[in-house]
Amino acid sequence: MKYAMAVSGLIMVGYLVVHMYGNLKAFVSPDAFNEYAHHLRTIGEPMLPHEGLLWVVRVVLLASVLVHAYCAITLWRRNKKAAGYSGGKRYHSKQNRTGIQRSYASFTMRWGGVTIALFIVFHILNLTTNDIHPGGASDEPFTKLHNSFQYFWVLLAYTVAMIAVGFHLWHGFWSALTTLGQNRSSTRIASRATPVSIGLAAIITLGFLAPPFSIYFFGLGG
Amino acid sequence: MRITVNVWRQKNADAKGSMVSYALDDVVEDMSFLEMLDVLNEQLTLAGEEPVAFDSDCREGICGTCGVVINGIPHGPEVTTTCQLHMRTFKDGDVIDIEPWRASGFPVVKDLIVDRGAFDRIIAAGGYISVNTGSAPEANNLPVPKEDADHAFEAATCIGCGACVAACPNGSAMLFTAAKVTHLGLLPQGQPERESRVLGMVEQHDAEGFGSCTNIGECTAACPKGIPLDVISRLNRDLLGALAAGKA
Repeated sequence: MKYAMAVSGLIMVGYLVVHMYGNLKAFVSPDAFNEYAHHLRTIGEPMLPHEGLLWVVRVVLLASVLVHAYCAITLWRRNKKAAGYSGGKRYHSKQNRTGIQRSYASFTMRWGGVTIALFIVFHILNLTTNDIHPGGASDEPFTKLHNSFQYFWVLLAYTVAMIAVGFHLWHGFWSALTTLGQNRSSTRIASRATPVSIGLAAIITLGFLAPPFSIYFFGLGG
Repeated sequence: MRITVNVWRQKNADAKGSMVSYALDDVVEDMSFLEMLDVLNEQLTLAGEEPVAFDSDCREGICGTCGVVINGIPHGPEVTTTCQLHMRTFKDGDVIDIEPWRASGFPVVKDLIVDRGAFDRIIAAGGYISVNTGSAPEANNLPVPKEDADHAFEAATCIGCGACVAACPNGSAMLFTAAKVTHLGLLPQGQPERESRVLGMVEQHDAEGFGSCTNIGECTAACPKGIPLDVISRLNRDLLGALAAGKA
């Protein structure tokens, strides 16, 4: 089950990197962004049907999300039971509540995951299906993006979600590697994979936040 | 020095426990933590009260019998066993919270004593090598790379105190289980049972009601012997190998 967590998590990390690459096209020009979004739907034609590859990716991602969530909930319940709570608390001491060396990221894996799941629903309704359309609906991908990020609350929602993603990856990417048997260092902090996972988390967070911030604050794309 | 201790008191396994506060007026900073508890128990006995039950044996930090959660940290603020923690770590007037290990795999027997029989059953499920006994073989007949020997020894220093479980937010005994898997898995004598060992021990670990590892690292930080975290990754690698080989 932990292997399932690790593998499904890594599939989603792989997707995020590609997704971020696409988003950064917004800096090239609105046309490049639209072209890219269109290309995603026609990739592999005529061998694959229209949106063929896109649907393959969607199915794989949905399966990953479901496996990841199912395993997370099962392990969460099992682990809570295993920790031996007595009267709603494990240790009554009010000292050292945050443990010895735990990172904030490791505390927020579960609720951070819930936050991200809610965000994905909002995100798809917002920019894929046009169901939520602050600033007006449009069939032009860049116009949709541009219209949405005129609103501070949209920017805020995306910022909170991307920071949650960053924290989730900070602990999650490293943890997945360890579960798959690839960690060879004596402590959490000494691991060579630690800077890699923090770096990955930072790049993904900043990479995703760059276009919305540019639109809101610097009027990218008019 | 004067200190106040809040101790978990619980009559027996079925009773509902609670924290009880006691004041100690003349604690000497050279006392070990357990000697401080001895002083408390003398005071309680003289007052006609039931003394606080706690485990201890060698008091040299090598047997793994003692262990309580001090101020929310297993074995307290120093990286050592409870018996090797001294009162000079604390200040005059401190309030110290003392609780038993908490995990559903470690039921409380009385006060600060928990039943760690689960660890014995995990070892019995694969933490051994099968050899014909007799006189010890010539050591140089079986060469072991220095690096492997060092790493195996490091893992073998586990004293089975259970601090890793008490520190783990998931109540997982992975560090304990993985230390034994690493110790035997790195040495030539451990190879014949390498796959059945990891499968058997992990299965027993889960059957005892311990949680699963989320790679947080509190176990290593609390471990008085500094068992490194990579033993868990090695266990996962061995487990994947054994499952891939269809040995389950």
